[in-house]
Amino acid sequence: MVIERSVVDHVARLARLDLSEEERARMGAELSQILAHADRIQALDLDGVEPTSHAVPVVNALRQDEVKPSLEQEESLAGAPAVEAERFRVPRIIEEP
Amino acid sequence: MSGRASTPSQEAPLQWRTATELARGLEARELSARDITAAIIEQSNAVEPVVRAYLKSTHERALESAVAADERWSRDTTLSSHDGVPLAYKDIFVTRGVATTCGSRILESWIPPYDATVVSRCEGAGLTSLGKLNLDEFAMGSSTENSAFGPSRNPWNTDCVPGGSSGGAAALVAAGGVPWAWGTDTGGSVRQPASLCGIVGVKPTYGRVSRYGLIAFASSLDQAGPMARSVEDAAALLQMAAGHDPMDATSIPREVPDYLEGIDEGISGMRIGIVKEFEGGGTQPGVRSKVEDAYRRLEKLGASLEEISLPSFEHGISAYYLIAPAEASSNLARYDGVRYGYRQADAADIVAMSSRTRAEGFGDEVKRRVMLGTYALSAGYYEAYYGKAQKVRTLIIEDLERAYSSVDLIVSPTSPTTAFKLGERTSNPLEMYLSDIFTVPVNLAGNAAISVPCGLSLDDGLPVGLQLIAPALDEKTMFRAAYAFEKDLGWAGTAESRPPL
Amino acid sequence: MSGRYETTVGLEIHVELATRSKMFCGCRVAFAGAPNSRVCPVCLGFPGTLPVANEKAVEHTLRIGLALGCDIAEHCLFHRKNYFYPDMPKNYQISQYDSPLCLRGHLDIPSKTGSKSIGITRVHIEEDTGKSQHVGGDGRIASSEYSLEDFNRAGTPLVEIVTEPDIESGEEATTFVTELRALLEALGVSDVRMDEGSLRVDANISVRRAGEIEHGTKVEVKNMNSIRSVGRALAFEEERQRRALDEGSPLVQETRHFDEKSGATSSMRSKEHAFDYRYFPEPDLVPLEPSAHWVADIQKTLPELPPERRQRFVSEYGLTPIDVGVLTASSSTAAWFEDAARAYAGDPKKIVNWIIADLFGLLNVAGIELSACRIAPPQLAALVTMVDAGTISGTQAKVVLAEMFRSGSPPREIVRAKGMEQVSDKGAIEAFIDEAIAENPDVADKVRGGNPGPLGFLVGQVMRKMNGQANPKVVNEILHAKLLS
Repeated sequence: MVIERSVVDHVARLARLDLSEEERARMGAELSQILAHADRIQALDLDGVEPTSHAVPVVNALRQDEVKPSLEQEESLAGAPAVEAERFRVPRIIEEP
Repeated sequence: MSGRASTPSQEAPLQWRTATELARGLEARELSARDITAAIIEQSNAVEPVVRAYLKSTHERALESAVAADERWSRDTTLSSHDGVPLAYKDIFVTRGVATTCGSRILESWIPPYDATVVSRCEGAGLTSLGKLNLDEFAMGSSTENSAFGPSRNPWNTDCVPGGSSGGAAALVAAGGVPWAWGTDTGGSVRQPASLCGIVGVKPTYGRVSRYGLIAFASSLDQAGPMARSVEDAAALLQMAAGHDPMDATSIPREVPDYLEGIDEGISGMRIGIVKEFEGGGTQPGVRSKVEDAYRRLEKLGASLEEISLPSFEHGISAYYLIAPAEASSNLARYDGVRYGYRQADAADIVAMSSRTRAEGFGDEVKRRVMLGTYALSAGYYEAYYGKAQKVRTLIIEDLERAYSSVDLIVSPTSPTTAFKLGERTSNPLEMYLSDIFTVPVNLAGNAAISVPCGLSLDDGLPVGLQLIAPALDEKTMFRAAYAFEKDLGWAGTAESRPPL
Repeated sequence: MSGRYETTVGLEIHVELATRSKMFCGCRVAFAGAPNSRVCPVCLGFPGTLPVANEKAVEHTLRIGLALGCDIAEHCLFHRKNYFYPDMPKNYQISQYDSPLCLRGHLDIPSKTGSKSIGITRVHIEEDTGKSQHVGGDGRIASSEYSLEDFNRAGTPLVEIVTEPDIESGEEATTFVTELRALLEALGVSDVRMDEGSLRVDANISVRRAGEIEHGTKVEVKNMNSIRSVGRALAFEEERQRRALDEGSPLVQETRHFDEKSGATSSMRSKEHAFDYRYFPEPDLVPLEPSAHWVADIQKTLPELPPERRQRFVSEYGLTPIDVGVLTASSSTAAWFEDAARAYAGDPKKIVNWIIADLFGLLNVAGIELSACRIAPPQLAALVTMVDAGTISGTQAKVVLAEMFRSGSPPREIVRAKGMEQVSDKGAIEAFIDEAIAENPDVADKVRGGNPGPLGFLVGQVMRKMNGQANPKVVNEILHAKLLS
């Protein structure tokens, strides 16, 4: 299957990737090739097969409701690209375009 | 040195001894941690310009820690039998106060405020870290060519890749720059570079080693694994970190057996399966001939080999390259320039800022997989791609369960090829993906596997690895077989096993 | 006019659970505080960190599910809901998607016909986001220059309770939220403070012409920060949609923002904004399989819930449904009433009247809850008993109650200090009556002549002489006996 340019644009928007024109063109071709390979499993009759999301025989891994020390405020903000008033500063929040 | 298999490693220079031999020397008070660390650092520094394994070295700190370990040895207050033995980490393990990049520009400046569980357990055992080693960005790749900081080289032929994604670790261990190291394996990222560099690499059972502090690529597949120059070392390193961790809900709350106990008991009577579907499959003749030699050797050692059929394995790559990117697309969403790491500072609004931060901070392969994964999860495609891939995963698990009713282990080449040239496969992502054909199903099933060297290919003189796959939590059987094979082959620890740098 | 339309409302209610630590890490859960001081690598979404679910939060969710009569899933998963937003550290929210912990329940709420059952679609666990503060402009997001993020709230355990579209008016929605709030309070699973955001209500509302089968165009209403504003916002929306139908103007599917000040809703997000959350099973968390044993244990510890309590109040105390509704709106009010009623030998309805008619007025003025009031329940019982015994008059009792409310002193002390005890002793009263008759012979004669009209004048004279402390009933009786028999 060939991935259309509009789909590449849509997926790039969902993934928050500001791809260049050249990248979009290349990505469309590469994803098409990879998905063509993946399309082999489309032909399989998988009705009645349960999906596996966890390959580990563990359930109910819960923790007790105990308070553990938090980071110092300084540590939590240490790696931030921009800080103001002890908070992480971000540019104007807008809706998805 | 003669290069004969009989060369006893005990007399080898410190940098070529195994961690177990070094520990024995410390125990006997014949060696000091400081001398060991200094010799290994010297080797590290000597090979680094060629192999380019490091992203961050912490040699000074390691020397200080070695001095502290020596003091503990002198006072009999050691932290473990390996107290003071150096190691190194793939730069995907989070280390408190030491830059952790995961091979990505987007994390170039990040100094973590906490340690991975593997790191704190090894530190608790007195192991001293030489530093953080190169990898494909976010572990996405099979060559280290996707590292934002340049590729590492294969010490056997520096025109070749060391494999990946744990390529820096494989190259450094193979080159004598560190006796052992921690890598991670999502689809073969420990085993394939181990194979390509002629060392041992282990992918433990999913859930056996805590993933806490291991930067996520594909959470349901990622597993930390030891890389070493002997099976015994690999088992010992796994022993140090394996076991339940309350910080990781997917870690298995079951006791860890003593991997070294009975490791030398041999494989007489063991039933080993050869996968019918793996025949051919683009395996190079030089690889095939070495691996077939290995099969005969296993038989000679008393194992019975039988052909088994795992029909769903042929869909392993398809399922893997949907599941892993899907999980990755979500795991990597957090790199948005808000809380840590790189930010594109010129953007006027949040959407532009995070979109440009990610476009500039991520490399091509990461973007490709994030796009692929986002697509596979998006509305209208989920059932056809991600949903089906999860069902294929079930079939692979069922195939293996059936197989284990008649065999104890499964054997295959680790990689269809030996190390390839830098740049040879970068233009074709799919071809690169297809080289994971033997390793990927193991991650999908959550089983354990090891790659153990079986000598050099007659085609190109590069190392070939044999993969042994074991049922979940049966690392012990896997180590026993790998150990018997390694001993009988008599290659590990000899001068021949050291790359000609 | 309302008969021509039918309103359909479904609610989505988010409740912050009252756990000590967050949903997936050990950071303390608390309101306000220094920004970014209750955060750790896990709730900041630092690379390499993993979530581990809080057992108490699961238990609280099970309590809610059981109290709402839900089926408890034998096997359920956490999912990731993927979307970018700067208040969300991982840019996905851990939530539950197609397999929630609790399914198919109901909550019975008081109605004109007695009781109405509102279906509960699901109850599931998720994590809260951080808080954005918008800088510049008028403080709202649209006009701001930039924003500041505080992640203290990020990772606080939330349950989302989703109702079936069984609610038929804003008023009914208000009743539902009131009832649910009382239930959650009784369960001890949440602070349920709408002003602090520990209880948040979003509504889906649509209006259709009576008799139509298809639902009308659904509008989502957000930012209703009190139970009262739920009613106001939905009443406004109901009216707006009815008018649109009347006028034949089109309604669009959209999200609307309720403005507390104007009482109006305004469009917030355009119609058909297609979110693609790319849900998939959270690989970092294993399935949740609550054992039958665990569920049964929780079931056993459920307290008496408001609907059961309402029934009991009717049967045990003989109260009217309206009074019961008022008393059981909050567990603490119900408990206060019961404590007072138990200390009182007479008809419990009298206690109810004192609470509703008098005490609530005092509470309103002071702006406090009954549970915070200084009057101990048995003291109200003591006060009413004094009125019954004729020790003080009803009018005096109101004064005493106000003083009790102010000082917390027992009523007997207040009555004594104010010298309020009534004189009911016939001998003492008779002397004053004789005096009054002697001083007003003309008036007495008129009465004797068969005209009881001026009797009140004589009573007033007696009361004046006795500084108002005479029991007026006794005064009346004696005057009658002396002049009319």
